[in-house]
Amino acid sequence: MSTPLPTEERYAVLDRAPRRLGATLLRWDVILLILLVLTVAVNAIVSPYFLDVYNLADATSNFSEKAIIALAMALLILVRDIDLSVAAIIALAAMVIGYAAEAGFGAPVLFAVGIGVGILCGVFNGFLVTCVRLPSIVVTIGTMSLFRGLTQVILGDQALTHYPQGFLNLGQNYFIPFVKTGIRWLFIPPVPLSFLIFLVLAAIFGIVLHKTAVGRQLFAIGSNPVAARFSGIPVDRLRFILFVLSGALSGLGGALLAARLGSMRSNMAFGWELDIVTMVILGGVSIAGGVGSILGVFLAVLVLGLVTFGMSLNNIPGQVVSVYTGALLIAVIAIPRIFERLRRGG
Amino acid sequence: MPDPILTLSGVSKSFPGVRALRGITLALEAGRVTAIVGENGAGKSTIVKVLTGIYRPDEGEVTVRGERREFFSPRDAWAAGIAAIHQETVMFDELSVAENIFMGHMPTASGNLVNWHEMRERAAELLKRIDAPIPSGLPLKRLSVAQKHLVEIARALSHEAQVVIMDEPTAALSANEIDDLFRIVAQLKAEGRAIVFISHKFDEIFRIADDFVCLRDGEKVGEGPIASVTEAELVRMMVGRPVDQVFPKRDVPIGEVVLSVDGLSNATEYADISFDLRKGEILGFYGLVGAGRTEAMQGLFGITPTTRGRVLLDGKPLSIRSPSDAIRAGIAYVPEDRQDQGAVLPLGIRENVTLANLHKYVRGLFLSRAAEKEETRRFGRRLAIKAANWEQRLAELSGGNQQKVVIAKWLATRPKVIILDEPTKGIDIGSKAAVHDFIGELAEDGLAVVLISSELPEVMGLADRVIVMKEGRMVEEFRRSRWSAEEIVGAATGARKEAA
Repeated sequence: MSTPLPTEERYAVLDRAPRRLGATLLRWDVILLILLVLTVAVNAIVSPYFLDVYNLADATSNFSEKAIIALAMALLILVRDIDLSVAAIIALAAMVIGYAAEAGFGAPVLFAVGIGVGILCGVFNGFLVTCVRLPSIVVTIGTMSLFRGLTQVILGDQALTHYPQGFLNLGQNYFIPFVKTGIRWLFIPPVPLSFLIFLVLAAIFGIVLHKTAVGRQLFAIGSNPVAARFSGIPVDRLRFILFVLSGALSGLGGALLAARLGSMRSNMAFGWELDIVTMVILGGVSIAGGVGSILGVFLAVLVLGLVTFGMSLNNIPGQVVSVYTGALLIAVIAIPRIFERLRRGG
Repeated sequence: MPDPILTLSGVSKSFPGVRALRGITLALEAGRVTAIVGENGAGKSTIVKVLTGIYRPDEGEVTVRGERREFFSPRDAWAAGIAAIHQETVMFDELSVAENIFMGHMPTASGNLVNWHEMRERAAELLKRIDAPIPSGLPLKRLSVAQKHLVEIARALSHEAQVVIMDEPTAALSANEIDDLFRIVAQLKAEGRAIVFISHKFDEIFRIADDFVCLRDGEKVGEGPIASVTEAELVRMMVGRPVDQVFPKRDVPIGEVVLSVDGLSNATEYADISFDLRKGEILGFYGLVGAGRTEAMQGLFGITPTTRGRVLLDGKPLSIRSPSDAIRAGIAYVPEDRQDQGAVLPLGIRENVTLANLHKYVRGLFLSRAAEKEETRRFGRRLAIKAANWEQRLAELSGGNQQKVVIAKWLATRPKVIILDEPTKGIDIGSKAAVHDFIGELAEDGLAVVLISSELPEVMGLADRVIVMKEGRMVEEFRRSRWSAEEIVGAATGARKEAA
């Protein structure tokens, strides 16, 4: 029906970009995968205890609470927002859980309470960011102090340590026990509840972000929020939902952490917000928005978790772990850019 | 023949998959305005970027006053006396006019501190030299686009630039502002500077240029004094084939009223906008920049809140509070600011085309890539989008092709009413003709079209009726059968023609 224009014969448009091996190898998730294999290989050679299923299972419980929150943080950073109040929400939620436990509630209620407190905090953040229109970094630095301070004022230097056994079991026992099948390499590994939740949520987040309309809308918001709004995408509503989600998962993280530790103080999870942001950025989510994948965050979580675990097996102090983590983050971000510049010759 | 100030010889530049420039040779002489013409993607912007040190050529050399120069950075180009005034002005909105003029070479007092007093004085002097009454202490964000251009010219003068490149300087200017700009161009010329002028508007090229250089697909296909060619010859040179600049108006039967707007107003920008729009009709909105046309249409589309007014679509009242309400009702809005409001540059063509009605491509719970691709291919072909592949990022496409992708996105929502806000702003003549033809085709397909345009030939060539707006209000309506360019411009400016 259209008038034939000369451009049609001059240019054929391919369905997809031609694949190039160099570009594939420089993909962020491929780099992370190589890094993960290296981490596992080096640790397995250095320490005979590294590949023990129980040790690995315990290692996962050390990073799973952070990893769960990192999923929501990844989406927030993808849309150019950030939530620095997550660790403070963990503490606030854990405190309310602690009081609820002392009041005699059981595990399901305690988890619901934790998530509920997180949601309220997230609603507060989301309201300030999307309705009052304040920048999220400012809002959540504020609420970070606010939530943490609230916990400190109420709790003082007191610790909450009375939790029902059913609640503690969820944090301290393996949710899926070790099952041998009799065949040597075929077995079901022990899995803590927190890691299982992380695996399930990572799968859901990955599918939502990469396969659904909402996921595409998040990418569009991160790439160009104005054009996204002009295209009928409910930008502020989605951002609000992400803050609530971040709060909810932080509350869940608080419940899992309280159950694992069996006690809580006001300095619980202190400084975790930056560990979580590190996971997200190492995972390849651009701080400028619009770029990122859940697979990348998933791999980054495993790399960081296993590095930390491997080093602690070899009695390397935490400060050194932190040096290594920092160097790793910078290297992984810098290397693809350096290669890119070499390739373009500019 | 005098020695040229600047020459390019045999300059080539390639990007992965594209040869942007092939063996370009040109010479710029003092006191002459050289127009570089060519379709988008012909290599005009690449030449500007080579001259300003943003790209380094793969081959060939640049000489300034007979001396071979290599530019490793924009600073080197400034130092060589080359200044560019860009298509989309790149300046610092929060800083003052004086700071913008002297950014990168502020006068300093002892201890490397900025000498604010001297800087303001010298800024005021420079602005006075070009007769621009702008206070040098004002923050840039309070200036109009035209005033920002003047600041850029002052900046070029502050560098004692001998070569001034103007890349689409008139794209967002009103007729009077263009006159002012051209007066300054004449002054720069008289001072013995060489001027490169890039524009898509032929009347401007013929008015201001002394020489022309014509590019096609990265090669120089013609040059000479502008007086030696006619408009038609130049167009033929650019596209390599004869093209009608404005397509003949298609004869489309006009149907029943689709959209009816009554008394639309907001607090400050516009008031009492009322019109009926019929199926198959193209309704033009003409006016000066800032007449409130864009604001009124954005209010109609739900981007900004309105205070009053009724909107009926097919006789049914609509309550539009957000763009998604408008899209659902069957209204589409192609915004004026392609880069910021229309295109999502980091995303691919497919992802852009499907963005405004993603739910349509959902099968079960997930987006169907096959369905997306099918729709992208359909509209991509229909609009003759030039690209390597449908996944190509919009950032890599030319302005004209980006605009076609944005239009494709809105057509994919299957609207009943489409509002086109300056649809050909800043795009090349080939794409422009294709867009014009396409607008006619949309009307033929039964769409009701609102066309906001500041280009009179565009409005008069395409529209069935023209509503002229001035200072936020509708001032006059003209019908195709009896209108004249003079009357329309007169209504828009509030003065009769001789006042301009």
